[in-house]
Amino acid sequence: MQLDKGLIGHKFNAFTTTVEAGKIRLFCKAIGEENPIYVDEAAARKAGYRAIPAPPTYLTAVTNDDPDKGGLLRLLNVDIGLILHGEQHYEYLAPVHVGDKITCQQKVVDIYDKKGGALWFVVSETELKDQAGKPVAKARGITVVRNPDAGKK
Amino acid sequence: MATATVTAPKFADVKVGDELKPLVLPPISRHQLALYCGGSGDHNPIHVDIDFARKFGFKDVFAHGMLSMAFLGRLVTSFVPQAQLRQLGTRFTSITWVGDVITVSGTVTGKREANGEKLVDLEVKCTNQNGQDTLQGNATVALN
Repeated sequence: MQLDKGLIGHKFNAFTTTVEAGKIRLFCKAIGEENPIYVDEAAARKAGYRAIPAPPTYLTAVTNDDPDKGGLLRLLNVDIGLILHGEQHYEYLAPVHVGDKITCQQKVVDIYDKKGGALWFVVSETELKDQAGKPVAKARGITVVRNPDAGKK
Repeated sequence: MATATVTAPKFADVKVGDELKPLVLPPISRHQLALYCGGSGDHNPIHVDIDFARKFGFKDVFAHGMLSMAFLGRLVTSFVPQAQLRQLGTRFTSITWVGDVITVSGTVTGKREANGEKLVDLEVKCTNQNGQDTLQGNATVALN
């Protein structure tokens, strides 16, 4: 297995998704977050937020809400069972709240291998903007692809 | 239930080397991974379907890296209100298995001023019951 470095620079179709209260509630239940600002609008306002805020890593749920889900793996022609998450970074530029419509634009910024091609690394960046076109966050992730051919003669 | 209001420390009161109050979490359960699959929109079956995980050479399902990164987020937002978080990043350094007991810890590593803000840099990490780091990350928060 070899990944195509010619895909560096590929831009995916942008998509827009609305931040939903019910989905944040489920996310918080999953991660054990019990601060009421994430589930109770009154508590959020009392704490100074204009609406329920999205927890810091809820941005992953925003970027996962791609109608073309799995686009990166299809682009690379890689099976989902071979991937691991190597790194993830978020830069927070403005708060994201329930009701915001976030537009995500992802691109591939680097592809490289290590251990003689046993592992491949795909770096992608996603810009997130709100309904006013204002940047709210930048995400940078590294997807690690395990080469199923590694070790075979 | 946790309180809604987190009071951030003052910039002047924070010192390099200060430690955040660690979070000790309940053991990772299959139920939690199912909830996170739905809540995060990461539907990779490797985290919830043991047959699929075995087919790809794993002994069992394992936790989403981003579930543990959410724990880093919980740690930092228990230290400062979320509106003061400027960046959060991590490397996923080892797999988190069902049953693992994760401790989330953080240390102040730097203080600086940039873009007109007083910033504090933190090293944050998740460590399993064997003392092995599963996530090695960092965060930056703005203080007054």
